[in-house]
Amino acid sequence: MSKLGSIGARLYRGEVGYDFIGKRKIWYGISILITITALVGLAVRGLNFGIEFSGGAVFSTPATSVSSAQGQHTAESAAPGHQAMVQKLGNGTLRIQISGLDTKQSLPVQEEIAKDLKVPVKDVNTQLVGPSWGEQIADKAWLGLGIFMVLVVLYLAVAFEWRMALAALIALIHDLTITVGVYALVGFEVTPGTVIGLLTILGYSLYDTVVVFDSLKEASKDITKQTRFTYSEIANRSINGTLVRSINTTVVALLPVAGLLFVGGGVLGAGMLNDISLALFVGLAAGAYSSIFIATPLVADLKEREPQMKALAKRVKAKRASAEAKEASRAETSGDPQDDDPEDGASVVGPRHQPIARGRGRGRPSGKRR
Amino acid sequence: MAAPKKGRRTPAGHGHPGRTLALILIVMIGLVGGMFWYGHLTPRLGIDLAGGTSFTLAAQNQPGKPNAINETNMNTAAGIMERRVNGLGVSETEVQTQGNDHIIVNIPKGTDAKQARQQVGTTAQLGFRPVLTIAPGTKTPTPNPSKGQQGKNDQGKGDKATGKQGSQQKATSPSKPSASPTTQGRAVTDALKKAPSAKPTPSGSAKPSPKPSPTLPGAGSGIAKQLAALDCSTKQGRALAGQQAANAKPSDQIVACNQEGTQKYVLGPVAVEGMDVKDAKAAFDSQGGQGWIVQMDFTSDGGKKFADITGKLAAKPRPQNQFAIVLDGAVVSDPRVDQQLNGGSATISGGGFTQQSSEDLANMLSYGALPLSFHIDDETTVTAALGGEQLHAGLLAGAIGLGLVVLYLVAYYRGLSLVALASLTVSAILTYTIMTLLGPAIGFALNLPAVCGAIVAIGITADSFIVYFERIRDEIREGRTLRPAVERGWPRARRTILVSDFVSFLAAAVLFIVTVGKVKGFAFTLGLTTLLDVVVVFLFTKPLMTLLARRKFFADGHPWSGLDPKRLGAKPPLRRRRTAPTQTKEA
Repeated sequence: MSKLGSIGARLYRGEVGYDFIGKRKIWYGISILITITALVGLAVRGLNFGIEFSGGAVFSTPATSVSSAQGQHTAESAAPGHQAMVQKLGNGTLRIQISGLDTKQSLPVQEEIAKDLKVPVKDVNTQLVGPSWGEQIADKAWLGLGIFMVLVVLYLAVAFEWRMALAALIALIHDLTITVGVYALVGFEVTPGTVIGLLTILGYSLYDTVVVFDSLKEASKDITKQTRFTYSEIANRSINGTLVRSINTTVVALLPVAGLLFVGGGVLGAGMLNDISLALFVGLAAGAYSSIFIATPLVADLKEREPQMKALAKRVKAKRASAEAKEASRAETSGDPQDDDPEDGASVVGPRHQPIARGRGRGRPSGKRR
Repeated sequence: MAAPKKGRRTPAGHGHPGRTLALILIVMIGLVGGMFWYGHLTPRLGIDLAGGTSFTLAAQNQPGKPNAINETNMNTAAGIMERRVNGLGVSETEVQTQGNDHIIVNIPKGTDAKQARQQVGTTAQLGFRPVLTIAPGTKTPTPNPSKGQQGKNDQGKGDKATGKQGSQQKATSPSKPSASPTTQGRAVTDALKKAPSAKPTPSGSAKPSPKPSPTLPGAGSGIAKQLAALDCSTKQGRALAGQQAANAKPSDQIVACNQEGTQKYVLGPVAVEGMDVKDAKAAFDSQGGQGWIVQMDFTSDGGKKFADITGKLAAKPRPQNQFAIVLDGAVVSDPRVDQQLNGGSATISGGGFTQQSSEDLANMLSYGALPLSFHIDDETTVTAALGGEQLHAGLLAGAIGLGLVVLYLVAYYRGLSLVALASLTVSAILTYTIMTLLGPAIGFALNLPAVCGAIVAIGITADSFIVYFERIRDEIREGRTLRPAVERGWPRARRTILVSDFVSFLAAAVLFIVTVGKVKGFAFTLGLTTLLDVVVVFLFTKPLMTLLARRKFFADGHPWSGLDPKRLGAKPPLRRRRTAPTQTKEA
């Protein structure tokens, strides 16, 4: 672990680091590929809506000693490929709801259930049920999402800047598309749980992006006052600086969900738990990934188009060229220039120029010794 | 360490971390105590986890409206029922249509079934109808100028008396104008007053009022017969009358009873409909002494209609200056109108409201009337849809995941993980107790998606500590000692935490306001956990960190503290400190 700690330190100082911005084209490519796959999956397989959305058939059996769990197996074998929900009522009868059945389809299922439970077919009562997650809920949810998106983009544009707002929005859409696409490919049924999972991801994806952007904003505060780094380089350093935090947060958030998905769902087979945890797992992973690999490089891309940043990049280039020339003429010098450079070059203001004095002064305003 | 003495601490003004910790401890004890006080030790579980009660409601055919039972009306009714029983979206009820004319309502275990039955079963067809005649509630043998009328005539008509009445009932009015002899209307407040009951009151000088003609003004003889036949004194009679009145067309005259059965009315066509009510809420009228009342705000259209009808009524003699608020065929309240009311709002008083019944009525009025009337066909318990195994699997998996999180945190943050774990524990206790207490308070119920959401919330809460810890460690890498690092890292970590939590909270707030049903419930949970995250970090993690920074174990950067400058790779020349002998090992 001490290694991790020192890697953290070196990441922080910019001694090591992955060139997220420089290799952004690769990651854009990968993301576009995944997104296209997701969209194709969505287009080809479509989403499999559960009974809560599409309605279905409900069968009431006569009073029986069969438990609801056994009833579940009966129902699943009677209507393969459809989601079944079985409840036992107070008077001992079973209420079996099976999604996506219409009147015609429900007849053979009714017979099958009756056969399995060894009751006469006519005693199994069949009716069609409407969705409990009605259109109104869905409409309002879309409306709410729309309003939220507008507000959050406005907020980010004010608190940060419009480029970051745009990048965060793209990252969010990216995450949601991938999650929905994976859902379509796996073919799990969409339940209210899935929708709640998607909404959770929406919150998390933005949250994670904002945390990364916050450090980027801080790092690029006084960017035009220095000539050591271009915006892209600062952004890259900022990502690397918060990389430890990103990894830790992702691990902490993903571990319990992975537990739900692989232990809970894996051991017990399909169920609502699986639906939710799959959506959450994919979404959380995508959210963490997109903040670093997509959102920040996008901001850098957009930023580099600004005339100010273009000028800065030119200055940095010029300075480097002259430094290189000097370097070459001086043949070699001792020491590792990178060790000190980051401290005064980057972003971060005042105190870091004189760490020694700071350390001694312990943050007390120097004049007020009392 | 420049200032090792204990007395001169807290340079940055972060005083009294101990007090903050004590505060949150007291809050926690209070919440746990509250849990025991109410006797609810576990959160209410949703129907998917705990089962509950299921109602089947059958739509009733109404005479005169043969095609009323159709898909549109059924869906509308289901939507309204859903909002009535699940206005906040947190009570995990399910409403769905079944077949052509049935609606199933599932409510989780522990919900007040009686209340729910009332909420879904009441049509809540509201109408404001002008009063044409009032009569005592019993059967009258012959259609006569009713006793009610006479009572009215006997009654004090003087302006003073009215004014006094107004002042007694509406002490709320800020400046009571003294009774003016000319305009009755001005002497009273502009609010509606409950009409005096029909029994004669002795006060006041009788003013010659236009004598009511023996035949009811505007009321046909058919309706007079109906009125005579009406018996409000028995329950059956009232039920029958209610049914008839409820089924009548809005444009018809009706006869109706009041809820107590003491009076009966002939009422004109509906002047303002329930649809015109925009919003309604229950309030306690402590000053006017009317107990619980329901306040309604009209839509702009409804406000106009209301101003219209009150303007007309105010000019009429008694009892025709009264109007009746009719709910599902029964008169809840019959306020007298003294002047045109333009405020766009009205109150329903009387009707013997309790807190519960006034809140229920307000709730129903806000969400509108059912387009159909229903009767409850069947009421039965249902078992959990997911069964115990899913919940157990979920809990087990969650526990395993949490165990891994603990291991990871300990391995990575070492001593600091104590802070993280303590914070997570505090967060868990707060979440659990608040969710448990919200069960009885607002009907909050936890379903499986919410449990999963809570598990994700762990990650978001943990992120706040991680952001803060990484800040502290960055400061140490800069060469600071722990205490300044703790204080200097905080403002920056705090900003990150607030900015990112604000985004989450924004999502929660918008979704909560705009959406309905389960999405609203989700938004509630998200908002709650986000707020708790901020509370825990500000009131627990930060003060705890400040306190621990004073401990030698942490301040000296013990290898197991997770804050060892050497491990963190602090810059070599700065690492040496007088009080940190462990650091010199390397040299």
